[in-house]
Amino acid sequence: MSEHSFVRTEMLPEQAPPATSIGVIGWMRENLFSGWLNSTLTVLSILFIYYVLSGVIPWTFQSVWNAGSLTECREIMNATWGDTHHACWAVIKDRWLQLLYGFYPPYPAYPSATVSTPPPEGWLPSYFRPNLALILLFVALAPVLFGRVPRQLLVVTAAYPFLMPWLLWGGTLWVPVMTAVGFALLFGIAKYGQSTLGALGSIIAAAVVALVWWLFLSGPVAGLFADIIPIRLPVVESRAFGGFMLSILIGVVAIGISLPIGIVLALGRQSDLMIVKTLCVGFIEFIRGVPLITLLFVASVLLNYFMPPGTNFDIIMRVMIMVTLFASAYMAEVIRGGLAALPKGQYEGADSLGLNYWQAQRLIIMPQALKISIPGIVSTFIGVFKDTTLVSIIGLLDPIGLSQSIRANQEWNGIYWELFAFIALLFFICCFGMSRYSMWLERKLQTGHR
Amino acid sequence: MKKTVFLGALTVAGLTAGVAGAATLDDIKARGKLNCGVTTGLVGFAAPDANGEWQGFDVAVCRAVAAAVLGDASAVEFVPTTGKTRFTALSSGEIDLLARNTTWTLSRDVDLKNEFIGVNYYDGQGFMVSKSLGVSSAKELNGATVCIQTGTTTELNLADFFRANDMEYEPVPIETNAEGQQQYLAGACDTYTTDASGLAATRATFENPTEHVILPEIISKEPLGPLVRHGDQEWGDIVRWTLNALIAAEEFGITSANIQDMASNGTDSPEVNRILGTEGNLGEMLGLEADWAVKAISAGGNYGELFEKHIGENTPVGLARGLNAQWKDGGLLYSPPFR
Repeated sequence: MSEHSFVRTEMLPEQAPPATSIGVIGWMRENLFSGWLNSTLTVLSILFIYYVLSGVIPWTFQSVWNAGSLTECREIMNATWGDTHHACWAVIKDRWLQLLYGFYPPYPAYPSATVSTPPPEGWLPSYFRPNLALILLFVALAPVLFGRVPRQLLVVTAAYPFLMPWLLWGGTLWVPVMTAVGFALLFGIAKYGQSTLGALGSIIAAAVVALVWWLFLSGPVAGLFADIIPIRLPVVESRAFGGFMLSILIGVVAIGISLPIGIVLALGRQSDLMIVKTLCVGFIEFIRGVPLITLLFVASVLLNYFMPPGTNFDIIMRVMIMVTLFASAYMAEVIRGGLAALPKGQYEGADSLGLNYWQAQRLIIMPQALKISIPGIVSTFIGVFKDTTLVSIIGLLDPIGLSQSIRANQEWNGIYWELFAFIALLFFICCFGMSRYSMWLERKLQTGHR
Repeated sequence: MKKTVFLGALTVAGLTAGVAGAATLDDIKARGKLNCGVTTGLVGFAAPDANGEWQGFDVAVCRAVAAAVLGDASAVEFVPTTGKTRFTALSSGEIDLLARNTTWTLSRDVDLKNEFIGVNYYDGQGFMVSKSLGVSSAKELNGATVCIQTGTTTELNLADFFRANDMEYEPVPIETNAEGQQQYLAGACDTYTTDASGLAATRATFENPTEHVILPEIISKEPLGPLVRHGDQEWGDIVRWTLNALIAAEEFGITSANIQDMASNGTDSPEVNRILGTEGNLGEMLGLEADWAVKAISAGGNYGELFEKHIGENTPVGLARGLNAQWKDGGLLYSPPFR
């Protein structure tokens, strides 16, 4: 061995990385101050964020919650902080129930009772019916949205479209039950009549029977049952509907119905049958070609002229129909995008298995097309839900419409941002929830094509 | 298929709706409620309170009519209408009466086939400026930026006024009164113009109302009144004379406090007795009970009481009677005789 051994025989002990490249400092050097340009931008951004937050945070949190009017709010602000640049949340405290439920009576059976003065013998909590409808909505949606929920809950899902209007509007239980019987007839004949009537014949027969039932029979039969077994809730007029409840109602109905209609329209648009295709294209292009606000004016103004004078076709129903049609057209195009994205091989594969059109759609095409369309579908849902605030323009008292009414009170005239902030918060919670769900669903359905 | 179901449901809904009757009065009696169109919110004139009860000067007209017709001031279904939907709601029969600070103009009366039954508030368009601007007359506003609600008569009046005085202005279009307040306070415009009652109500909400002045010029006539649709004169008569009863009641000193006493004991004035239904058969002529006016006045008080309660000088709106005083006091209120 050589005497001049420059070869190290033992390992150097591992040293900690320099303090400037680990931990918070290292992360900041790497991400925020990696060069003079980034450093400048970082400093500017921090200054900007500080500027915004230093205005918003004191305004939001150094606020007045207990006051009877804007003037009183201002007096308290002046006494406490010496200026009036603070939020007056007292208006929300005073009116939050109205912003949520509109003029819906808290105890429909006792018109004179209010939240602060419940009826003596009332055992149900206030706003029981709309709250129950909302809870049941989640129960009904659960088996559709999440795979792990017991399938038995689908019974609730099927019953919900009939239960919800009954809970909200009241009246006799037999009307929604008889409407449901109509649907049962429709599907029963369409399904089991095929052997005797053929495919097309059974569908036509089902439609005719169901229409006759709904138009002429279901009313008297419901009346008969109502006489024998009277189960009824006190009626609440549509006029009393308002606030965030109205937004959710219109939004849920439009979302729930527009998806199936949208699928049918999208399929119709790709159909080989000329009349079906023309009808679908015409409908989609017409609805997409006009603004929603125009359709709402048609619902509120024009339909009034078309119908015989004195006809009282519920304004909320009219609006729901229009918003649903509007959403359906957009939904159809989103789903058509999903259909177009499917490789041709999928269609050919379905054909080679000997599946007929509907089987292929149900088992092969639609599951994939819908999966591809999820972001677009949820985007449309969120857009429709937010568009419901447009109904304030035709005089319905949704949260935006109510904020105008609240401002028209002498106590709260002059208040502005607080109401909008509250409404924005409500909408943000719902829309953010939908958006997160869609991301979760995308991850869950990810099967590794990308 | 889905569409068929849809149309079916639509038809069902259409068929279950009521069938129109001939006379509005009979319809209301059968329904048990008066459908009254109001604004979605205007300070002092119509707004729902925390319990959802509508309050205000226009609302009081609805309640008085409901009391006269149905004997119950609370038997009113208030239908909020916007500036765009109000006339359709009336002509389609959705509402029986529109009491929504609506300016009486020829085209609205004649072309839109409405019948204005009177005036419950004489308004006019004014200007509000900040005192620091140092302007004391609207004629000094040459070159000013003006916050103006779009699509209203105020917009047209403004153009007329500036043209007639050979001045120029720059409009800042706004949609609602609340937006106008914000824009004006933020300095987006030098002056805010709308009906003088609206300006007063707006100014009252400012932190420092004394820093703003309402200029003396009133540049338009805005007679605001309730209206009904063409085609049912009997119904129009009922509404017209209910409003007249409120006005006449103030003139003759009938108040909600003394009306029961006057009605049961009778008075020395034949006209008061005729209004109260203790003499003559005016109620019968209208197709109403003899004590229709007693009920109407008891609902909220006479015209003066309603004014004081909702928009008078002791309220935040703080309007002076001005043109809306009785004719004896130099105002324009003048009810035809009850005879």
